[in-house]
Amino acid sequence: MATPSIIGQKNKKGQVYTDPWYMLHEAPRTPSFFTGSEVIKEAIRRASVDVMIAYPITPQSEAAALIGELFAEGYVGDYFRGESEFAVMSECAGAAFGGARVFTTTAGPGTMRAMENFPMWAGSRLPIQMIVTCRGINSPLSIQPDTLEMAYLLQTGMLVWHAETAQDFYDWILKGYMVAEEPDVHLPLALCCDGFFVTHTKDMVELTPADMCLPPYDPYRSPVPCMDMECPPVRMMRDPFVMKSNYISYATHASWQQEVWAAVERSRKHTIAWLDGLIDAENVESDVVIVASGTAVSQGREAVAMLADEGIDVGLVKVKTIRPWPGEEIREATKHAKHIVIPEFNIIGWLAREVKATIPNNERVHAGPHVAGGMTMPPEIIVGEIKSLLGMKVETLATRGS
Amino acid sequence: MSLERIKIAPELYDIMPPEYQDLVQRATYGKESRGWKDIGTTKELIEEHSLCAGCPESMAFRYILASLPNPEDTVMVGSTGCTSLVFPHVAVHNIHSLFGNQNAVASGLKRALALRFPGRIKDVVVLAGDGATVDIGLDMTLQSWFRQEKFTTICFDNELYANTGGQESGLMQKGFVAKMAPVGKTFEKVRLPEIARESGCHYVVNCTVSKPNLVEKVVKNAVYVAREIGPTYIQFYTPCILEIGKNSMEGLQEMRDAEKPNERFAYKEYVSDAAKELLAEIAAKEKERKAAAKKQLAGQNA
Repeated sequence: MATPSIIGQKNKKGQVYTDPWYMLHEAPRTPSFFTGSEVIKEAIRRASVDVMIAYPITPQSEAAALIGELFAEGYVGDYFRGESEFAVMSECAGAAFGGARVFTTTAGPGTMRAMENFPMWAGSRLPIQMIVTCRGINSPLSIQPDTLEMAYLLQTGMLVWHAETAQDFYDWILKGYMVAEEPDVHLPLALCCDGFFVTHTKDMVELTPADMCLPPYDPYRSPVPCMDMECPPVRMMRDPFVMKSNYISYATHASWQQEVWAAVERSRKHTIAWLDGLIDAENVESDVVIVASGTAVSQGREAVAMLADEGIDVGLVKVKTIRPWPGEEIREATKHAKHIVIPEFNIIGWLAREVKATIPNNERVHAGPHVAGGMTMPPEIIVGEIKSLLGMKVETLATRGS
Repeated sequence: MSLERIKIAPELYDIMPPEYQDLVQRATYGKESRGWKDIGTTKELIEEHSLCAGCPESMAFRYILASLPNPEDTVMVGSTGCTSLVFPHVAVHNIHSLFGNQNAVASGLKRALALRFPGRIKDVVVLAGDGATVDIGLDMTLQSWFRQEKFTTICFDNELYANTGGQESGLMQKGFVAKMAPVGKTFEKVRLPEIARESGCHYVVNCTVSKPNLVEKVVKNAVYVAREIGPTYIQFYTPCILEIGKNSMEGLQEMRDAEKPNERFAYKEYVSDAAKELLAEIAAKEKERKAAAKKQLAGQNA
């Protein structure tokens, strides 16, 4: 939240440090027609980011380069191109250890290459924000949208949010810093979206005023010391725990892992306030409920409308955060459903697995339809699967090739 | 950091750990002339170490920490290996995150500190083993030099992976038989000092840690040059006595043997023109300071 003393002051670009709640909930908005990448730029323009480190990989390259323009204009403190995603994420860590607000973007194979850093970020309690513009990760090479990489991020201790639209993106980048930097959270955030579908399409987005920005990050609200030699440098431990084979060292590691996951849980209350709930639920009294995240929500919404035209009532749950996982919310939203349909842009169906592990009578979960490797998901496929679940005759089942 | 920051409120003094009381009373933060001669006479910035008895790396650690020109504003970055067993005992802020990413972490750190503390000195010093510097982290080591990142990289070269039990490393000598080099290493010791020079380092030294005054000089020079000009690199021979079959008391002799003329750790340095100029300026100022002090002392005695 805001540091009271700085609110109302101007930064070197003349932007006014504004109370974040006012800026995001009450300040006037201007409709603008932008690509997802441009929306990332506009959010960062207002985010008081100290350091951004970039590396080219489709489909995030454009956004990463646009932040460079912001640096050239003076909106971002420092910016450079790193040498690989592994190095970039370590460079981000160094900047965050040094007390900077840090931003980066990556995608697909880049996420995988950088993976060793993410549990380290979480364990070191670095509130770095990383945009993940999801794309294919497996061979043969694909640059097309596919959300498989998110499955790997779920166990890192990072917060993982899944934006559906450019508008989500815009608001959540700014809100993400507010949640991630809370002293009782202080964790990295992977803000994911489906590559191309969100980054490369134009959409109407309601922007907050360009002369308002978030208050700067205060590293002294961190639950762990900032590595800047501005606080006493006592020895951290009497004995380094690494490689000590004794119960105290195991217990130390175990309790810190528990603390990281407890911090993910503690982010819940802040996230609920900022995102207005971890899920959005519509019409969930129906027998059939679609549960989806990312672009699959948009396709689900289309399917709901098409089915409504035929007199078939279907509910829709938009899952906004995967970590923290909205288990209770989903249990509640699906309690009347006889069929829970989970369309996903990946082959393994990680969202369906999460839902199945959460709700009673999980035979109700229909994991699918799945598309992968860049395939689109026409709402007709979802409509077809739902009709078939309901025992209705389906003209063509695109997913089954009949 | 001001020295005031670490002082203890009188009301809380007696409940602070004795090492901390000691640190406040007798450490050499802020002492302009601090150096290796303080060792054993004042509180050192390394409390104790968990390395093997007689390990030259422990000597190197003590000399380096005694030589840092302003530890009160220095942050160190380590990597995985024997050094990561020592850093938790060190009274300057230090970061260990992953194996091999030390120069990447230091790049981000230095930039963040430069942004947050404009006009103030905040030194960053990387200290990592040869596996971290030359093998798994080589990309990031070199790239930080290409980018002219303003921090010092120190490599503890023990010519193998010591902490994992003596495996072949890139800085190992050709022909040495080790784990993972069962018939002897088949290629030459990587010439990182030469590579450092070609990669843009402004001050490069290759030597052993047998002489503490030499360690003090090169560490100070490396930090000063990094602070003002650009990347600097020091490669110290810190032999792993355990893995080369020596006894605890033989580390010093091993280093002395390795630094003889034409041996691989014979003193070697490269200083860029810009760095030469800076070091000459610093030396002139130091001379002036000493002369003034001498004059003042003479005046007092007169």
